[in-house]
Amino acid sequence: MTPPPRFAPRDDSAHPPMIHPDYRSSRSRGPVRPLLLVPQTLTELSGPVFGEGAIGELDSDLTRNAARNGEPIGERIVVSGRVLDEAGRPVAGTLVEIWQANAAGRYVHRRDRHPAPLDPNFLGAGRCLTDAEGRFRFLTIRPGPYPWQNHDNAWRPSHIHFSLFGPAFLTRLVTQMYFPGDPLLAHDPIFQSVPAPARERLIARFALDLAVPGFATAYSFDIVLRGPAETPMENR
Amino acid sequence: MPAITPSQTVGPFFAYGLLPQEYGYAGIAGSRLVAPDTPGEHILLYGRVVDGEGRPVEDAMLEIWQADAEGRYADAPDGGRADFFGFGRTGTDGEGRFRFETVKPGRVPAPDGRLQAPHIAMIVTARGLLNHLFTRIYFEDEEAANAEDPVLARVPEARRPSLIAARQTLGGMPAYRFEVRLQGEAETVFFEFVP
Repeated sequence: MTPPPRFAPRDDSAHPPMIHPDYRSSRSRGPVRPLLLVPQTLTELSGPVFGEGAIGELDSDLTRNAARNGEPIGERIVVSGRVLDEAGRPVAGTLVEIWQANAAGRYVHRRDRHPAPLDPNFLGAGRCLTDAEGRFRFLTIRPGPYPWQNHDNAWRPSHIHFSLFGPAFLTRLVTQMYFPGDPLLAHDPIFQSVPAPARERLIARFALDLAVPGFATAYSFDIVLRGPAETPMENR
Repeated sequence: MPAITPSQTVGPFFAYGLLPQEYGYAGIAGSRLVAPDTPGEHILLYGRVVDGEGRPVEDAMLEIWQADAEGRYADAPDGGRADFFGFGRTGTDGEGRFRFETVKPGRVPAPDGRLQAPHIAMIVTARGLLNHLFTRIYFEDEEAANAEDPVLARVPEARRPSLIAARQTLGGMPAYRFEVRLQGEAETVFFEFVP
């Protein structure tokens, strides 16, 4: 039995610290002690693989997957991109889950108290599997910004939450996609918690070439998961 | 080479997206990993998530990944074929509590070819956690196996108890209690796995 391939170390230069004091909730929740380094084992090198059975027909179309008596209100957008690993290889057949606020900046979640309207035709959650090239594609509504209690006059920039698995338990990633040119990004402690050189990786690109003429504009967002510990051979 | 995408918090409002069963939609996984006929010893895994001030974390999401009772992972790179999927996901309640129904896992190989002690891998996410956290749940009644586990061996002795679930009985079922302490004196050990 050949040992399963290992993954590169965590790139600490890209991820936020555990505690970013401007993000208030992190102060009492982020661990204080450094992560304990241990060897990768079969436990972390394996992971759940979700097949087509996990995906319903409308799961990637958020404009229709919860519609009751019409279409959701707001600006229709395509959000698509590729999931790659740090070696640039596509991550095929992996589960991508998204969730977001509606156009008014309101979440369906029961604890969301923002006095903005819910949309009876919009849930704001979707999922899909990447194709052989690592591509995913969602049709949704551009989410609105919303106020939160972190500090006085705090607003989250418009964003879409992403959850990905990749090939192993170790390649799990939970992140957020932001929109280009959003003036709230400069004031958002969650976005600003990312080291400056890596922040722009969380901002989608406006992609007119991916738009559906007469129907929806488009944003492109590529996602990179942890890659192999050793650069794979080019000519196998 | 492309550069890795930074992590961001799961935030407080993930449930309708990641645990949509609570909202009447189909989900990809839940807190029950077993069917009545899944081979192995059926157990409850339950506990609480608390913050640095001892307050319950009422909006955490926990995911677990484990081998079946024979020590096989589903779809593993070693070709293992497990009796069950081995992945679970749940949220904490208003008191920070969580609960899974699963089987006690068997022993899986360590990198050096010996065996690891039975354990369940856990990912912790929550509002306030900018990065998800990896921890492991070991079992109190596996003293001999725990003593030779290569991952536990790297954990300073004083911190090992934070990774060992206490065996109890709950409603007639074997139950293991595990506390996730995000900060503080008894902060849970969180891992980074290196090649």
